[in-house]
Amino acid sequence: MAKPARPLALIPLGDCAVYVEFSKTLDLEVNGLVQRLAQAVHGRMLPWMRDVVPAMGGLALHYDPDHEALAGRPLEAAAALVEECLKEGLPKEGELVRTIEVPVCYEPQYAADLDEVAKATKLAPAEVGALHAAGEYRVLMIGFAPGHAYMSGLDAKLAVPRRSSPRPVVAAGSVAIANQQTVVYPYAISGGWNIIGCTPLKVFDAERQEPSLFAAGDRVKFKPISRAEFERMSAR
Amino acid sequence: MTITVLRPGLLMSVQDRGRHGHQHVGLCPGGAMDVVSLTIANSLVGNPVDAAAIEITLLGPDLEFEHDTLVALAGGDFEASIPGNRPVLLPAGSRLSVTRALRGARAYLAVAGGIAVAPVLGSRSTFMPGRFGGFQGRVLKRGDRLPLGEDSQKLSQERFAALKHKRSRSVRWSVPPPTVPDREPIVLHAMEGEHFGHFDANTQRAFFDTVWKIGPESNRMGFRLAGPALTRSSTEEILSGPTALGSVQVPANGVPIALMADHQTTGGYPRIAEIASADVPRLAQLGPNGTLHFARCGLDMAAELRRDLKDRLDPALRAIAWEFAK
Repeated sequence: MAKPARPLALIPLGDCAVYVEFSKTLDLEVNGLVQRLAQAVHGRMLPWMRDVVPAMGGLALHYDPDHEALAGRPLEAAAALVEECLKEGLPKEGELVRTIEVPVCYEPQYAADLDEVAKATKLAPAEVGALHAAGEYRVLMIGFAPGHAYMSGLDAKLAVPRRSSPRPVVAAGSVAIANQQTVVYPYAISGGWNIIGCTPLKVFDAERQEPSLFAAGDRVKFKPISRAEFERMSAR
Repeated sequence: MTITVLRPGLLMSVQDRGRHGHQHVGLCPGGAMDVVSLTIANSLVGNPVDAAAIEITLLGPDLEFEHDTLVALAGGDFEASIPGNRPVLLPAGSRLSVTRALRGARAYLAVAGGIAVAPVLGSRSTFMPGRFGGFQGRVLKRGDRLPLGEDSQKLSQERFAALKHKRSRSVRWSVPPPTVPDREPIVLHAMEGEHFGHFDANTQRAFFDTVWKIGPESNRMGFRLAGPALTRSSTEEILSGPTALGSVQVPANGVPIALMADHQTTGGYPRIAEIASADVPRLAQLGPNGTLHFARCGLDMAAELRRDLKDRLDPALRAIAWEFAK
């Protein structure tokens, strides 16, 4: 079925932003459309636009409602902008996709919840890591913390609920799973997902040219590494 | 040239107007909680509006100034060794002591030339959760030496000399920011949020009828509002989506959270309301146990509130600029 290339609704997020909603449920095709629309809107570099934020089923446009370059009401200008971008055609899917390889050490000292996940899924601990690394993931949305990417594509055999009580601190780089998604914690933060490994990569670095390792729409592959490799890469 | 922290306040950090353009990678704009008071503080020392200042919360610091420094402490009324909301020239070696807030919760200490920490992603604001920006990405501690610009002393002396009406080290006039509450509960204008309809009529009414109290576990990320628990009547699954400064979200425990400067950029909780942007700096002036209630408004009213604020702020900024004009 062809997906409607029109938003379901434009919902004001206060008086300085609007949520352009395309779907109330998670749909990969709509998610991709939202990311391409976000690229198109961002590409216009409008002076009144502060932030263009693609999310799971729609995108937020954050603006300066009193900017001199903004003619008329901001909500109407935003609606017209979205319609224009959709009419002109969005960038093709293939043009945006990057594949990012993320080295992960799945050994128990970096995987606090590995045993529990193995028990819940009736898999051997080594199989959990192997299954996780075999998948191909897609970044649905960045949120919760800077650089924190929600990725779809987790093998249904690994689907476990979130921990009943979140950990007060999860180590930076922790790779975790819940339901049918996986995340990588960008820095030490509280979190409730099941930790099955850790990457030595810096997921978010404000001093880097591109601070976030991930962007919405990226394809992600996890590559198992040994503890020695992890330590060598962390030291760099 | 530096400012040395002799005694840190309760929660003191370097802030400017924040960093826009990074929400797509999950980084909120951050910056000063009460951007109106920051603007006035900067203007009182002759700075551009985007200069970095020290945000002081509830309990102020003791600071020592290495050189002659023109400062202004603007925002909530704090007990302090200098008068508030006006330019003051502190001579080299002098100490400034700021103690408790008498009215309001936050004040901004601006210095001529601004706090000269290196900008990160286009801003000098401290983003504490990510430990970057500002001074070493953290709250200020005893012994910290905050860098000022090379020309800070010269700027301070020149700007103070340029002031039209002055007496020894200060002036007799002051410009109190319009965000500091005269009485409580304060009234915040709020629009119905995306999920307002997920709450039944009684809960909707309770939201607007209740005098809410700022809960103790409130911080720069969000203010928890103590009052009746708000229970969602709809069981519809909510797809995680974007949030904004001033969004009021309601987690499963029913305690609403108003999202403040360092908020998360997305969330999966229902948003019952969105606070008018012009009113958010006034919310920032409430401390723990501060009280507020919500008045329903629409987008047109929110635009009017922004115009009202601008109509109050602009003449004040012009009057200050005139005092500095040659």
